Amino acid sequence: MDLIAFIFYIFAAITVASGVMVIAARNPVHSVFFLILAFFNSAGLFVLLGAEFVAMILVIVYVGAVAVLFLFVVMMLDINFTELRQGFLQYLPVGALIGLVLFTELVLVVGSWTILPGASTAITAPASAAGTVAISNTHALGQLIYTHYAYPFQVAGLILLVAMIGAIVLTLRQRTGVRRQSIAAQIARTRATAIEVRQVKPGQGI
Amino acid sequence: MTTSIGLGHYLIVAAILFTLGIFGIFLNRKNVIIILMSVELMLLAVNINLVSFSVFLHDLVGQVFALFVLTVAAGEAAIGLAIIVVYFRNRGTIAVEDINLMKG
Repeated sequence: MDLIAFIFYIFAAITVASGVMVIAARNPVHSVFFLILAFFNSAGLFVLLGAEFVAMILVIVYVGAVAVLFLFVVMMLDINFTELRQGFLQYLPVGALIGLVLFTELVLVVGSWTILPGASTAITAPASAAGTVAISNTHALGQLIYTHYAYPFQVAGLILLVAMIGAIVLTLRQRTGVRRQSIAAQIARTRATAIEVRQVKPGQGI
Repeated sequence: MTTSIGLGHYLIVAAILFTLGIFGIFLNRKNVIIILMSVELMLLAVNINLVSFSVFLHDLVGQVFALFVLTVAAGEAAIGLAIIVVYFRNRGTIAVEDINLMKG
């Protein structure tokens, strides 16, 4: 067995095992950690494939943003997770059946497909054409997204903007009954509104 | 790439991960956070498929689309978790069978 195959099997085995633990762990915090492990190992698979840029983006986006977001939410909400796990074994048979059917179908598809002979002529963006200077994966991807895929790239940025604004609008709340400092009202105070001179008659209060 | 690891190996890994995602949705039907994590697993499987086809067919477009899938996955996680936080604030629970306000 050559070294690349060995590394592939290690990464693939850890990815699949952590995928199992994500859905089977008792504690959702452990689930998030196993999700992070799965992402790291699939990033390793991508590096093995030669797609370094996607691998690094996977680590940055998924581990740095998405998984940490999950971790925040899991730890922030006060939820009785043991109660939520009831019925775990009840759904196991039907879930296993559907999963088995789906996996069998996927394996049959993987085992039987072939690439059309003319498919290699339909390639729109060859990874590294023969005879040209070899450029890195990141360089080639950059040349592609900022030219042919500039508009989809902008739309992806727009999707992120919409997601950001949506998340902020959803979770922002105005609390009532909280006394806040109002600087405008403080500055707008004049002598007339601030103090009042009253004539106090002797023998009486105000 | 002269190695014994071909496209089929990566596709099998992706198929296993996708099946695990589906299985996780069925297994943790009451916990919406684990369901979201299962969806992330399925998106990861799709990304593995896209990138491995891209590499083995020498066509970079697959990796570009993997980037777009990553973008959508990040947005989906942010919005989904925001909805969970708001729902928990209003109802005090996130059990899936209690989410029936809209009588769907």
